[in-house]
Amino acid sequence: MSRKRLATVWLDGCSGCHMSFLDMDERLIELAEKVELVFSPLVDAKEFPPDVDITLVEGAVSSEEDLHKIRLVRRRTKLLVSLGDCAVTANVPAMRNPFPVQAIYDRAYRENATLMQGTPHEVIPRLLPYARPVHEVVHVDVYLPGCPPSADVIHYALTELLEGREPELSARTRFGA
Amino acid sequence: MSATGAVRTLKIDGRDCSARPQATILEVARENKIFIPRLCQLEGLSTVGACRLCLVEVKGSNKLLPACTTTVDEGMEITTSSEELASYRRMIVELLFTEGNHICSVCVSNGHCELQTMAQRLGVTHIHLPYRYPKKQVDASHERFVLDHNRCVLCTRCVRVCDEIEGAHTWDLMGRGIDSKVITDLNQPWGSSESCTSCGKCVQVCPTGALFEKGRSVAEMEKRRQFLPYLTLMRGERT
Repeated sequence: MSRKRLATVWLDGCSGCHMSFLDMDERLIELAEKVELVFSPLVDAKEFPPDVDITLVEGAVSSEEDLHKIRLVRRRTKLLVSLGDCAVTANVPAMRNPFPVQAIYDRAYRENATLMQGTPHEVIPRLLPYARPVHEVVHVDVYLPGCPPSADVIHYALTELLEGREPELSARTRFGA
Repeated sequence: MSATGAVRTLKIDGRDCSARPQATILEVARENKIFIPRLCQLEGLSTVGACRLCLVEVKGSNKLLPACTTTVDEGMEITTSSEELASYRRMIVELLFTEGNHICSVCVSNGHCELQTMAQRLGVTHIHLPYRYPKKQVDASHERFVLDHNRCVLCTRCVRVCDEIEGAHTWDLMGRGIDSKVITDLNQPWGSSESCTSCGKCVQVCPTGALFEKGRSVAEMEKRRQFLPYLTLMRGERT
């Protein structure tokens, strides 16, 4: 059996979901026999490749870069999984949403900056007006809430998806779990 | 209609049940261990039918009725779960999530929250509707307690327990529709309220992390409700 092509992406999140993914420990070895990790913050691929079977996406869509990335990921992925509360609900990144973007820039780059005050116009991608859950931007196939979802839940979901089954997740995890 | 005092017989989800006259559908369902979801109703307080989660189908009625405020009738046939009810209930919970700023992962009530538990129980894995991200205030002026409007679902349990059990009526509702909010006294900071006795009953009955004790961090706020049946009983005997 040919190995499925798996990718993970990291948008506006704390990387905790990726840490939880790594917490699968020795099960990662068994997983590596079934999948090829073609793109991830954990491997050294620079560009998101075409024909990916499953992509786990961590984080909310907060910046122009996130938006560009997730649209590309969606085009190149068969099954898109929202991994964790930031992807599913926008979670902590959404706490900025009641405030205008300019107020956030001012707080971060003027009021609290001691060196080179002023909003950066290069390198740092511009913030969108709101941090949004992934499914408000592109179609999502599977929702895996949790902050972070436990390694067991990620393992269960991946195993089911690799077997071609739809994982039953509402009994296993929840918002904030 | 049978005479007052007689036992009512009815069917809930096809099961024969008997009930006292004036009993509500929710009470009878609970006695028969049939689960009907609810967020605003709390045993020991009056019922208001605010959250609409307990809507049920009653044969012969062309509308859905709230189980918490509908009293039983002889021969009633009630359905408490169907695909239609499930989709309405999920929608109600989703609307509650979009109307506030419920960020479970950093909430004092994470793991002990009735809204969070309800979402999971009803199979809400994500919110289909767009979030509103309203700008809401936090009132930390009280010496011992905090009110976070971001997490309030307007169940009015705090209003009712303060009025009906404590007898202070510090809490009330203000505004209409999406602008509704709970207030203390005449919409003044809680800490400056002259009617509040600082008993904390409102905090304990609150289903979410909207009302909590100061000094509690993420997931540390567990509500204690054991006092309610006893106080209700004692008040009942006084009248």
